[in-house]
Amino acid sequence: MYRMANYDEPLLNEIEERKARDVEIKISDKIRREKLNLPSLSERDVVKHFIHLSQMNYGVDTGIYPLGSCTMKYNPKLLEEVARSDKVEHIHPRQDETTVQGSLEIMHNLEEALCKITGMDAFSLQPIAGAHGEFTGMLIVRAYHESNGEERKEVIVPDSAHGTNPASARMAGFEVVEIPSKDGRVDIDALRSALSKNTAAFMLTNPNTLGIFEKDILEISKEVRKVGALLYYDGANLNAIMGKARPGDMGFDIVHLNLHKTFATPHGGGGPGAGPVGVKAELEKFLPVPRVVKEGETYHFDYSSRHSIGKVSNFYGNFPVLLKAYAYILMKGSDGLKEATERAVLNSNYLMSKVVGKHYTLPFGGSRMHEFVVSAKNLKERGIRALDVAKRLLDYGLHPPTIYFPLIVEEAMMIEPTESESMDALDKYAEIMNIIAEEDAELVRNAPSNAPIGRVDEALAARNPVLKWGDF
Amino acid sequence: MKKLMEKLGIENIDELFDDIPEEIRIDGIDIPPGKEEIEVEREIVSILKKNKSFEDMPSFLGGGIKPHYVPPAVRHIVSRSEFYTSYTPYQPEFSQGMLQSMFEYQSVICELTGMDVANISMYDAATALGEAARMSKRVSRKDVFIIPKNISWEKKSVLANYAKNAGIKVEEIPYDREGRADISALEKYGNGEVAGIYLENPNFFGIIEDRIDEINEMKEKTGAMVVMGVDPLLLSIVKPPSEYGADIVIGDGWMGNPMNFGGSRLGIFSCRKEHIRQMPGRIIGATVDKNGKRAFCMTLQTREQHIRRGKATSNICSNEALCAIAFVSYVAIMGRDGLRSVAIKNMENAKYVASKLSSIGFETPFSRNFFNEFVAIPPVDAEALNEKLLKNGIHGAFMLGQHFPELRNGLLYGVTEMHTKETIDRMVEMTREAINDV
Ligand SMILES: Cc1ncc(COP(=O)(O)O)c(C=O)c1O
Repeated sequence: MYRMANYDEPLLNEIEERKARDVEIKISDKIRREKLNLPSLSERDVVKHFIHLSQMNYGVDTGIYPLGSCTMKYNPKLLEEVARSDKVEHIHPRQDETTVQGSLEIMHNLEEALCKITGMDAFSLQPIAGAHGEFTGMLIVRAYHESNGEERKEVIVPDSAHGTNPASARMAGFEVVEIPSKDGRVDIDALRSALSKNTAAFMLTNPNTLGIFEKDILEISKEVRKVGALLYYDGANLNAIMGKARPGDMGFDIVHLNLHKTFATPHGGGGPGAGPVGVKAELEKFLPVPRVVKEGETYHFDYSSRHSIGKVSNFYGNFPVLLKAYAYILMKGSDGLKEATERAVLNSNYLMSKVVGKHYTLPFGGSRMHEFVVSAKNLKERGIRALDVAKRLLDYGLHPPTIYFPLIVEEAMMIEPTESESMDALDKYAEIMNIIAEEDAELVRNAPSNAPIGRVDEALAARNPVLKWGDF
Repeated sequence: MKKLMEKLGIENIDELFDDIPEEIRIDGIDIPPGKEEIEVEREIVSILKKNKSFEDMPSFLGGGIKPHYVPPAVRHIVSRSEFYTSYTPYQPEFSQGMLQSMFEYQSVICELTGMDVANISMYDAATALGEAARMSKRVSRKDVFIIPKNISWEKKSVLANYAKNAGIKVEEIPYDREGRADISALEKYGNGEVAGIYLENPNFFGIIEDRIDEINEMKEKTGAMVVMGVDPLLLSIVKPPSEYGADIVIGDGWMGNPMNFGGSRLGIFSCRKEHIRQMPGRIIGATVDKNGKRAFCMTLQTREQHIRRGKATSNICSNEALCAIAFVSYVAIMGRDGLRSVAIKNMENAKYVASKLSSIGFETPFSRNFFNEFVAIPPVDAEALNEKLLKNGIHGAFMLGQHFPELRNGLLYGVTEMHTKETIDRMVEMTREAINDV
């Protein structure tokens, strides 16, 4: 039976101080700090502390991590290795261009490869995460319409969209119009009636967050174009179509990618990631500065575009993440990326065939791609919810799927196994999900009992915020 | 693949891609075929060889980012793959390690800044400033956000993007003869006109802020929120921003994180308790599990995009979590007294460089105390000087002229614990020679 390590690990400030010493601070009395309430611990104790904590954490290296929409694929170790060089780490962003030709070349090559993969004409690597890419994209949408002398106020998103889509549109100053889905896809009629001369853009994930490909995409893009709006691609699900289709060919004007999903850079427990933004040629002049340009055999930063939206982050993006994605693309190459997609879709369909049944139902008809969303609503009559199934999976040493997203599916469980998992791992996952559905309801509701801690009282955390060690 | 396809009863993998319209189907990507691991490693190493790192070429660049030592133990900790291959801790029972580390990070930030709460990170210091401006508007319902003229142009540009679409007007105040934000320029604003005022400690010219009473008075008079941008290292030896009247504290969370060409570093974001509902980003809280045992989880999520969607305080989802783990493990490894010694070392090294440069004819236009950066004006053309140094394998200081025309020949030096006396003396000697040559 699986067991995760379980230490009653003290907080850093509860560990015995062994390295205190006197330090004289020669600075004027007026501003000198007298008290600094941080511990001075021995290296031995600090390392032990964090190793214990790491053992109370689950990662892709630990096992299957089918968190839908997150593409938790295996992160090849070479990627970590190449980023550990002093030629990556000890490079100052303000260095003379002649001394950072290697970094610029990597960025240039990565931009080119991303263009080829997506069918876009130009990329900026500056955005730091997916949502940051969306925000950048929305700033470009605004700049584009303004350059046409138009002030369009609305951005349309489907009700299945990720929360960052409406949030990013709002941050860029747009009003958000949400349209209902029909049979798990964009309802073209609803879209048509929402579109107007006031529409700045339509944001779409394809395949969408249900794992369903929007097969009417060409019609959608025609409708969007008709009113002079732009079509925005949320690239969270690019892993479903690499080497099979390109957002650029579907009529998308702007895309963002999540390198920490599709391109195997590790997610770090919530970052650092990278959310590059690609555009069609007519929008290139709006991209953030600086752009990386190649002249002869040398690379430069180009700050000259008068139409650029300016900067969206301090420097050039999360360079180590960009480098890792580039290494991944080199490793996989044209066939490897296509195979990754094929295997991801195959794995997902295989797992779906084993999971969907009387316990877990598949809302909406048609086929699924790299992920699928089941509803656990049939278990409700036994008093079991999607959350309970998720917690019970922990007892078996398996990471649960994304739950309660997308919002349009009741008791949603969104499952994305990725290409990394073996058939055995998928068989086991499906088997356990089905076993759980038939287990004693009380047992499932009380899960987990094998994890380092029992179910967490999240309501208490919100009601009585304890947000630092001084708050206890 | 074959086995799986058989099980699914499909003959051609493309059956699974039937929903993609024929017109847009492709087969493969127009990039080279995959390579062996060993080839990829060789190729990347050979490209990166064209870079000159701090090891190859000591540099005296400042302007926000500077080289700092990363203890091996920190690297070891963030290389634990249970940490770095995990996702955002949506399942707290399987993520206690990450969650507790993040809680400790928040605790450390609050201790350094004197704030009540910290989020787990923003993307970087510039986006943290943008978020702070937006938050000050949400809290105050006012539209004007004031910044000193002497902050980095990158921050100004990012801020403009975050501010303008929220209806925020960014206005600048000049810096005074001593290189400090001229807070007397705020007198023209009436009480209640301003949402927030941004100040830095140390500021872009490296100057340590010591006007505690004046800033508090100005805050009282304008009724504005004070947003302070800090170097966390300086906070180990000077009074926390809370005593300067700060309501929001942001900064570049470099601790434990290498320079990385400016990326993969975190934006510090912390504030006072009364404004927590308006705060952007992820927050970790302590609670108990069902058996009453101490536990940690993400909390106050009703501010966030996955719940509030368009009405969230920010769109941020993924942040810089692993950089926060690097930060907190850096602080833990260095310890209180270790941090303070490094801070003092930074200040002493910078002073040493400044005095050496003065002795060979540099002017230092601002007489105030500085931390680990300072402005100096060489007796010859700054650009020509830097070119000479570069030829001799040393990267000179940051040229201010492009962004501060009034400091046309000014150089911004960054000096830290990474600069040994030998390196400094070599740089000064070469500078002296260059001055004679130019
Ligand atoms: C569909 C979709 N869009 C956008 C995002 C946001 O990406 P990031 O977390 O990198 O900001 C996510 C991430 O979960 C997603 O699943």
